[in-house]
Amino acid sequence: MTDVVLQTLNINKRFGAVHAARDICIDLRRGEIHALIGPNGAGKSTLIQQIAGSLSPDTGSIILEGEDVTRDSTVSRARKGLARTFQVSALAMEDTVLQNALLGAMGATGQSFKLFGAALKQSALLTRANDALERVGLLDVARSRTSELSHGQRRQLEIAIALTLKPKLFVMDEPMAGLGTQGSLQLTQFLDTLRTQAPILLVEHDMDAVFALADRISVLVYGQLLATGTVAEIRANESVREAYLGSDS
Amino acid sequence: MNRELIFDVMLMLGLVLVPIWAHFADEPFIITLATRAAIFAIAGVGLNLALGQGGLVSLGHATFFGLGGYAMGILASHAQSYTAITDWPVLIEGTKSMPIIWLVAVLVSGFAALLIGALSLRTTGVYFIMITLAFGQMFYYFAVSWSAYGGDDGLSIYIRNDFPGLNTLDPIQFFLIVFTCLLGVLGFASMLIRSPFGLSLNAARQSPERVETVGINPYHLRLTVFVISGMITGLAGALFADLNRFISPSMFSWQTSGEIMVFIILGGVARRSGPIVGAVVFIALEHFLGGLSDYWHIYLGALLLLIVLFARGGIIGLLLGQGRVHD
Amino acid sequence: MPYLLIAEQLLNGIQFGVMLFLMAAGLTLVFGVMGLINLAHGSLFMIGAFAAAWASAASGSFTVGLIAALAAAAAAGALVEVVVIRRLYARDHLDQVLATFALILVFSEGTRWIFGSFPLYLNIPEALSGSITLPGGIRYSLYRLTLIGVGLLVALGLYLLIAHTRLGIQVRAGESDREMIAALGVDISKLYTVVFALGAALAGLAGALVGAIQSVQVGMGEPVLILAFVVIVIGGIGSIKGAFVGALLVGLTDTVGGLFLPSLFELFMEPSAAASAGSALASMSIYILMAVVLIIKPSGLFGAKP
Repeated sequence: MTDVVLQTLNINKRFGAVHAARDICIDLRRGEIHALIGPNGAGKSTLIQQIAGSLSPDTGSIILEGEDVTRDSTVSRARKGLARTFQVSALAMEDTVLQNALLGAMGATGQSFKLFGAALKQSALLTRANDALERVGLLDVARSRTSELSHGQRRQLEIAIALTLKPKLFVMDEPMAGLGTQGSLQLTQFLDTLRTQAPILLVEHDMDAVFALADRISVLVYGQLLATGTVAEIRANESVREAYLGSDS
Repeated sequence: MNRELIFDVMLMLGLVLVPIWAHFADEPFIITLATRAAIFAIAGVGLNLALGQGGLVSLGHATFFGLGGYAMGILASHAQSYTAITDWPVLIEGTKSMPIIWLVAVLVSGFAALLIGALSLRTTGVYFIMITLAFGQMFYYFAVSWSAYGGDDGLSIYIRNDFPGLNTLDPIQFFLIVFTCLLGVLGFASMLIRSPFGLSLNAARQSPERVETVGINPYHLRLTVFVISGMITGLAGALFADLNRFISPSMFSWQTSGEIMVFIILGGVARRSGPIVGAVVFIALEHFLGGLSDYWHIYLGALLLLIVLFARGGIIGLLLGQGRVHD
Repeated sequence: MPYLLIAEQLLNGIQFGVMLFLMAAGLTLVFGVMGLINLAHGSLFMIGAFAAAWASAASGSFTVGLIAALAAAAAAGALVEVVVIRRLYARDHLDQVLATFALILVFSEGTRWIFGSFPLYLNIPEALSGSITLPGGIRYSLYRLTLIGVGLLVALGLYLLIAHTRLGIQVRAGESDREMIAALGVDISKLYTVVFALGAALAGLAGALVGAIQSVQVGMGEPVLILAFVVIVIGGIGSIKGAFVGALLVGLTDTVGGLFLPSLFELFMEPSAAASAGSALASMSIYILMAVVLIIKPSGLFGAKP
């Protein structure tokens, strides 16, 4: 089982009467893209938040590279190699694109408490930030204010920040949201190359992207894991068709 | 050169040239006013780090201003009466040396900021405002009831403290000491804002979740800046006490906290020279309006209200346009 | 320590707490409904006290003074809400703090301008002067006892108002969902003015009632305001129940601390040092209480999770 990077064991989460997660067990293996799909309100975001550490499960545990991190804070999980992107961009809007990318580089290298020397003159940090911006195609706008970016560019910056962390795994919450066909296609191609660097747990509504990218798919409905399997298996699964795909297509 | 830099340089030149002119024109009162403005500016630069960069609306910075003042008062009063502050567990004596007094003031304020910050930063928003205000009031009442150092009446220090090689009783020399401190503090603050720490702190103000997801703890960033901010305001308190040769609980009062904040708002939040413009304008208003009417606070209040409601960038915002400045 | 003294101090603590509640209730209501932090709440307390002192001196009647206090504070509250506060609801807390700080300057200096710097005095009404003997042989000031009664009545009234009236329903709806009450067809700006004036009237009432047992002067509002903040932090922002519990806790801690700490210190210090150390610590006791609550429950005893 050494190729399992992330694992959730019987996660349960209730909000009052709503059972948002029922005994969820999923895992993410090295080299794969594991897509998490399900209708709105299925509990995908809740699960992502529990994995990233912004919500804690009522019962169950989360294992990161063999280590139980259920009680770890978001900060500590990030330091242990978990890189998360947000569904709604969470960026420092008043800062430049480069400064946002630098933030990731500083976090990853533990330099965020250096009081001396300009951040923009630290070559190791700059290299790391610029590399990430280049990979997502934002190097041209590195000096622009983040608030001036288009929606699509902000989504790219989200991913660039995750790249600066050089993480052990990515947890991406609807990276395609609002991108349009062309943008989704480009991002799909990019994520396809990313899986060799680190596996991706991908929450996504764009089914074309999911079917193109995913090595495995897990289907979540009303807080319950309906099925996990390859694309072909999920397409063939009767209960999934009924609960989800059928209503969609 | 950008306009803000030109403005800042002109401002600092003005702040140093006016007292020098006053020195030769034999107008010591103007030098004293400029010294007051420079000291308030130091306190404002301190608060501006927490407020402008960290987004921490502290209404308790009088605590650090007061602690700096009392550090000076306690050390100097023991030196002037030739008594030890304590002889157990080790002998600690007073001193009249400014550098030592400053060091003590900065350390004491920093320690208090660490304790207060560790508690208050567990909360955010309105809670934080109320709690910092309340802790400030706690120190105020403590000073009022601490009869060993004058209690309610405060404590006079008869002779200004010493600085090696200078005659501190000469107004212009004391002003230059204060002005140098202001320059040093400003330089430190600008460096901090550009440093990796400053960048992280700024991001934590705008998007704390983001900062957490890259593995940086926003609480630690905020606590660090709160301590640094408290230390700088503490230094201002020690200088203020030395200017007046007097300390009293009013240094700890909520009005003092409010006024330090007013300097920043008058000038412009998160602008490099915001606190300096604010302090200078405040002192000028106090001097001119105070000369016209005993009730000048009404006009100050009205002006402040107008600025908050209609000119949110403060005076610098009006002159140079809106916006935080990064390069 | 004599038991009668302790009983009297406990009653003083309750009386103090109940008056703090009148202040804290308005603050917490305004914050809960409008999301506004109002530093000028202490000025409304002061306006109530001045109106009462002036009107009762002019008319010779304490009741007229009380009515004047309620009317003046409510009117000042409504006026300020319409002219200034209304523009601040959508602003961040920093702007609210500064604008209401500016209002303190205007109110304080304005009052000093009208009434001068010397304190005014408000006499306790004839019928309530002197003291009565309570069960257990405790002699206690009738006026202070009345304050406790009035405060408890107001607390009950507020509870009924919020739990059982149309206004209360709107207030509770406003706390949970601002858009919803707009959808219900409630005139929000009118509701806000009413809530603000109500809070102001409570502060004015507290000012008038307390004005009879201390001098009425400029600056009397802010120490009470800051204590009311401590109360709200302890009780939890937005919770009237929290404000009530917090106010009693703070009132009792303050008086009981002042009573016991000096004598506690006398056990191991010489009397003069003990008195000074004890009173210094007593003046800090409520803030220590606040710190302890913060460590255990950062959102206050009855506050929603932040």
